[in-house]
Amino acid sequence: MLAELFLTFAKIGLFTFGGGYAMIAQIKEVVVEQKKWLDDEELMQIITVAESTPGPIAINMATYVGYKKKGIAGSAMATLGVVVPSLVILFTISLFLDAFLQNKYVAYAFTGIKCGVAFLILRAGLGLFQKIEKRAIPRITFGIVFVLMILFDLFAISFSSVWFILMGGVLGIALYAVFSPKKEGKE
Amino acid sequence: MIYLQLFLEFFKIGLFCFGGAFGMIPLIEETVITHGWLTEAEFFNLLGVCESTPGPIAVNTATYVGSVMGGPLGSIVATLGVVLPSFLIILLIASVMKNLTDNKYFKGFMRGVKPVVVALILSTGSMLLLKAMGFARLHDVRVDAVSVVILVLLLAIYFGITRFWKKKLSAVKVVLLSAALGILVSMVFEAVGA
Repeated sequence: MLAELFLTFAKIGLFTFGGGYAMIAQIKEVVVEQKKWLDDEELMQIITVAESTPGPIAINMATYVGYKKKGIAGSAMATLGVVVPSLVILFTISLFLDAFLQNKYVAYAFTGIKCGVAFLILRAGLGLFQKIEKRAIPRITFGIVFVLMILFDLFAISFSSVWFILMGGVLGIALYAVFSPKKEGKE
Repeated sequence: MIYLQLFLEFFKIGLFCFGGAFGMIPLIEETVITHGWLTEAEFFNLLGVCESTPGPIAVNTATYVGSVMGGPLGSIVATLGVVLPSFLIILLIASVMKNLTDNKYFKGFMRGVKPVVVALILSTGSMLLLKAMGFARLHDVRVDAVSVVILVLLLAIYFGITRFWKKKLSAVKVVLLSAALGILVSMVFEAVGA
C-alpha cells in the first residue's frame, strides 16, 4: 500500500504541468475514478481543506489522501511521491541551464519566455481578481496593497509581503469578531 | 550556514503561500532577490523553466534555487522546507483538528488574506511585465524593443486563439509560444541589425 501510494502520486507529479488546478483534475481521475480510494464527496472535502490552507494544493491533497489511507507513513509516502519527480527533474535542469543559455537560440527563446511568464502571472491574478468578494472592504484592501506593492518596488523599499498577508488576516479576524453575530443568519 | 537559511526561507514561503501556485511567486521573488541568490534575469529564467516542467511550481522553484545555492543537499533542504508547513498543517487537520477550517477565526483570517494575495500576484505580475520590457527602476528605463514586439505578438496570438477559435491555452503552451516568438523576433532584429 505504501509503495502504491508513492507510485500513484509520483505519476501524478510527473504528468501534471502547470501545478495547482491541473493537478486536481488528475487526482480526481486517478484517486477517485481508477483507485476508488475516495468518493466524490470526500474529494470535494479535501479540495476545500487544501484551498483554505497554505501551501501547494498538490502537496496538501497528497498528504490528506495518504493519511486517510495509511496514517502518517502513508501521508509521508504520498507527499514524497509528488515531490520526487520535480526534485529530480529540476535538479538536473539546474546543473545544465547556465551552459544551455550560452547557446544564442536558447537565450533568444528565454527572452520570449520572460514575456510569457509575466503574462501568465497576470492571467492567473486577473482570474483570482474576479473571485474577490464584491464588497467594500475586500476591494479597498486589494487597492491599498496593490498600490503600496508597486510603490515599494519602484522606490526599492524593502518590505516583506508576509506583513501584508498577516495584516490582511488580522483584519479578517477583527471584522469577523465585530460583524459575525449580526450576519450569522445570512451566511 | 546556507543550508539552514535555505530551509528557513523556504519554510516561510511554504507557510505563507496562499492562493495556489501563483500565490507564492511574489514571496519567492522577494526572497531570492533580497538574499542575492538570483538576479532578476535568472529569476525570469527560473519561472520559465518551472512553468514548463511538471510538478508543483513551489517544489520546482525550491529545488532549483536550493541546487544553485547549495548543490544536491541544498535542493533537498529547500524542498523539504517548502513542503513541511503544508504537510504538518494537513496532518493536524486530518488527525486532531478536523474542524479547523470551520473555525470562525480561521475563516476570518482566510477571508482577510484573499484580497491581499490577489493584490500581491497582480502587482508582482505587473512589475515583472514592466521589467521584461526594460523598465527596471524609475530612473533606469531602457525600453527593450525586442521584448515589446514579442509581447504585442504574444497578446495578439493569445487573444486570437482564445476569442475567435475558442481554444484554451495552458501555461506550457503559452511558454512554448513565447519561446518561439522570442527566437523569431530576435532573429529578425538581428538580421535587420537593430
